[in-house]
Amino acid sequence: MRNVWIIFRKELRSYFVSPIAYLLLTMFAVIFGFFFWNSLGYFVFMGMESQMRGQAFPMNLNEQLIRPLLSNASVIGLFFIPMITMRLFAEEKRTGTIELLTTSPIRDVEVIIGKWLAAVSLYAGMLLFTALNFAFLFKYGNPDWKPLAIGYLGLLLQAGGLLAIGTFISTLTRNQIIAGAATFGVCLLLWVLEWVSGYETATWARVLSYLSVINHFESFAKGVIDSKDAIFYVTVIFLGLFFTSRSMESLRWRS
Amino acid sequence: MIKVTELTKKYARNVAVDHISFEVQKGEIIGFLGPNGAGKTTTMRMLTCFLPPSAGSATVAGFDVLEQPLEVKKRIGYLPETPPLYPEMDTTEYLTFVGKLKGLSGSELRGRIDYVCERCAITDVRHKLLGRLSKGYRQRVGLAQAIIHNPDVLILDEPTAGLDPKQINETRDLIKGLAGDHTIILSTHILPEVEQTCQKVMIINRGKLVATDSVQNLQSRARGAELVLVEVAGRNGNLDSATVQRRLEQIAGVSRVIFKETHQNRNMFEVESQKGFLRGDLARAVVEAGWDLNELRPTAMSLEEIFLQLTGEEVTDKAAAKGGQ
Repeated sequence: MRNVWIIFRKELRSYFVSPIAYLLLTMFAVIFGFFFWNSLGYFVFMGMESQMRGQAFPMNLNEQLIRPLLSNASVIGLFFIPMITMRLFAEEKRTGTIELLTTSPIRDVEVIIGKWLAAVSLYAGMLLFTALNFAFLFKYGNPDWKPLAIGYLGLLLQAGGLLAIGTFISTLTRNQIIAGAATFGVCLLLWVLEWVSGYETATWARVLSYLSVINHFESFAKGVIDSKDAIFYVTVIFLGLFFTSRSMESLRWRS
Repeated sequence: MIKVTELTKKYARNVAVDHISFEVQKGEIIGFLGPNGAGKTTTMRMLTCFLPPSAGSATVAGFDVLEQPLEVKKRIGYLPETPPLYPEMDTTEYLTFVGKLKGLSGSELRGRIDYVCERCAITDVRHKLLGRLSKGYRQRVGLAQAIIHNPDVLILDEPTAGLDPKQINETRDLIKGLAGDHTIILSTHILPEVEQTCQKVMIINRGKLVATDSVQNLQSRARGAELVLVEVAGRNGNLDSATVQRRLEQIAGVSRVIFKETHQNRNMFEVESQKGFLRGDLARAVVEAGWDLNELRPTAMSLEEIFLQLTGEEVTDKAAAKGGQ
């Protein structure tokens, strides 16, 4: 545990001594801020529209604003995840510091979990900025906080899985750009896989759409913890980290 | 302290390390000598548990590298060929991180950091970013991280590679200074380095251990003889070198006399003898014949020659190839 903490701190620190953390935090905040402002504008417009028509449609913040926004956040996240994970192992391999880690009295698993947790923490920091936007809703409106909290849990779980995949890909190369590009490709693929379900219902299509990480976020966005979706994300996290440890092991046999 | 038996590392197409066996006693400095690509780094990496051996075994302080890697790692300080530094950290931060990785904490860690900074002469760069340090300082910070946890065994892979002559001397002195407390294995392809720093040499070539011995023994073993350089001059101005050679060959115990050159009536000979200390006999013979003895000097074979002799033409080929590049 102590070793995980040592690696975690070192990793988080190195995010923040380089511009990367600030860049990611800013970009994510700006982009999500834009989505929020845009959706809020539309929400207000719809509200006025329905009043003018005299329809007393109850407008629901959770249903009509928070839920789509959370889904947006999950997609925006896909674009940022490669930038968080690409250097984790690739950089250590390039500069040779991986030799320090592997010859220190510390287990591979501890290194991997430390690094992955640092990546998850940075992503959590990015989500924290988006929470500022929602704070305004609580000031001026009366949304239900529980579905929102569950939505965030879903975002974290989903990112955890993708970050684990990114961590794994980062162990495969010593070039950050390659690690980043490959991770981005995989993230994108895991997002668009669910599109097949739009026109096809055969088993293969169902399998593909099951593999799509976005699909499993739906229930969280609705504010429901569906155990089968939670299990899916936990499985992805576990598999990603497991492959990372295999890859780190094979690093020794091959190099 | 270190015991290696039949250690082997095979890759898909070649054998990097081929059944190497050796032992290192506590407190020894031994030099791993060999041309580039001979298997030095691979052997060291197996000792540090970075690479698993394909066959054979290695134990460090009684712990097997495959079975108890964590115990081995606790007792080893390792400086890879390029010091494993994080450019974005400063020296103190870096040493703190490494110290914690090695299991130190609190005041003990702070004490060790002060100590290694002092020892490696890096106190003046304690708050500089590692990415900004010169090569010499990087190497010393690398050494500092290797000794931070006061390991029993130090493994240094080409610790002086890429340094300027002054830095090389400083690094060598530093390593020699560390010898008392640690068992040290260092690798190099520079021969004088071994002569100057190590007690024992292991010569490795093409993955095989060619020779293991002390520097002195290797030198005398190479020809099993003492070599003396003799310069003889005639009193009256001309002296036939063949006469001198014949006279020298008559001395009991001399196995070979090689005529080197004549320069302004001075004749140079290399006298090889079976037993040691024939110098007195040599001097007497020359003087009694009425010649002048200008010089009488034992010449040890340099490690360079021994190395070439042991590794065969392999090295000269490589050296030639290198020179041709």
